[in-house]
Amino acid sequence: MTIHRRRFVAALGAGAVASTAGCARLGLGGESGAGSDDRPAVAGEELTLTTTTSTYDTGLLDEIHTDFEDLYGVTVDAVAQGTGAALESARNGDADAVMVHARGLEDEFLRNGYGVNRRDLMFNDFVIVGPESDPAGIRGTGSATDALAAIAEAGETFVSRGDNSGTHAKELTLWEAAGTEPGGDWYQETGTGMGEALNAATQQGAYTLSDRGTFISQRSEIDLAILVQGPIEGGPEILANPYGVMAANPGVHDGVNYDLAMAYIGWITSPGVQESISGYEVNGEQLFFPEAVSEDPNFGQYVPEGWSSDSADE
Amino acid sequence: MSLAAIPELAPALLDLPFREGYVRSIVFVSLYVSVTAVALSTLFSVPVAVAIGFADFPGKGFVKSVVNTGMGFPSVVVGLIVLFAVSNQGPLGSLDLVFTREAMIMSQFVLATPPITAITLAAVSGVDEGVRDAARALGGTRLDAALVVLKEARYGIATAILAGFGRAVSEVGSVLIVGGNITSADGISKTRTLTTAIQLEARQGQYETAMILGAVLVALVLTVNAVVVHFGDSGVTR
Repeated sequence: MTIHRRRFVAALGAGAVASTAGCARLGLGGESGAGSDDRPAVAGEELTLTTTTSTYDTGLLDEIHTDFEDLYGVTVDAVAQGTGAALESARNGDADAVMVHARGLEDEFLRNGYGVNRRDLMFNDFVIVGPESDPAGIRGTGSATDALAAIAEAGETFVSRGDNSGTHAKELTLWEAAGTEPGGDWYQETGTGMGEALNAATQQGAYTLSDRGTFISQRSEIDLAILVQGPIEGGPEILANPYGVMAANPGVHDGVNYDLAMAYIGWITSPGVQESISGYEVNGEQLFFPEAVSEDPNFGQYVPEGWSSDSADE
Repeated sequence: MSLAAIPELAPALLDLPFREGYVRSIVFVSLYVSVTAVALSTLFSVPVAVAIGFADFPGKGFVKSVVNTGMGFPSVVVGLIVLFAVSNQGPLGSLDLVFTREAMIMSQFVLATPPITAITLAAVSGVDEGVRDAARALGGTRLDAALVVLKEARYGIATAILAGFGRAVSEVGSVLIVGGNITSADGISKTRTLTTAIQLEARQGQYETAMILGAVLVALVLTVNAVVVHFGDSGVTR
């Protein structure tokens, strides 16, 4: 094995040169209009952003990242993983910034020292979707937990993400709040992204929990209806879906590109970009609601929920 | 897919929601990664297979069975191992290889090497003993004998390379893990291959797009097969 590895390092050197040459060529073709002399010091660098499938699959990031790339002369490598995997990549020092939506997991990440400078970014909400015929009769139920309990009671198929994503974390919170231990034939863990889970639910006439963004952006491909609304449409607050962005802690991994991560966080929470986020529509509907720009202070966004200097360890 | 479907597909290809250069760039990344990995594997595997084939040593049967086992090594496991190796925490962490094409080449090298070694070994072992003896009898060195055997075994070796390429280019598990399926915001692939693009389209429920990318992948494999078979036919010149 060690012999292989040595051969590899040599071969990789050659490969790296070849691929860099390729990138340079692509770069010249792609952005010939941009000047090179007055560029910021980070120009030419790459930002690795791990994010969630539910953000990525809406197409929002591709839409807005071009602006950041042009502004700083950098490239953003957006890697779509579940929230759990996105944070794990950053924990291993393989991501410069993370954009996720599971406050509990984010707080753990912050408490363990892996992330710094967290900002609230935007929000939408979760909705409980299912077949139009609604065999469990949850349509219009005002409480998400009652709806889930009804599905469990009726033994109707429910598709779970089962992938430690932000949506999966929210779903488990809901089951716990409903006082129901999900399990049995009717409960199917797919272990896939949101889009696949929606497809699986369509195929089986099943219920599932989805973020509104992915649901809207895929509505034309799937045959499911919103049966329990989230807070955006007057549903229960427990279905809120806030997204946060933070930088990997350069004190833990010295290889991370902290400058660029902070440039990115500054850029994406700026008024102009927040406006682009609220203006991003799929099928004529707004997917995300910005919440970074606010007149009133929101100190909670910087620290784990419930943190105060009094309770902190000495 | 029948030939009759092609005229129907052609207009579909024209109004697909692909951005300019998207498909071209993922085909490029697929080919770049797989061809490089298979070329490195071939450079490594063929001499190893010849050495094993020519030598007689205790435990030769065991070595062969290890190589054969490697053919069935699951790609996601290879992806995980390579991820651990290249991750910032891993032994190669300082090279900053995670989510790069080089990491994808590493994992495909690991995947392609066992089939190429095993099939080459079978081909070399299948060459008549008499050929080797004749080469030596005519005053050839061991190297000459090896080259003669390689020439005799060229169809087998071409098959070996094709098997390695087929495994590399069609594999999705490891390149997804170590590559990250990345495109830039303007839709130019950095580490997105045809297979991971198909996975992404299927995840988003865009099965038509996924099917068309699948057709491109099949066409690509057929083309490479044709080229390699042609190369094998024209013989190894030395």
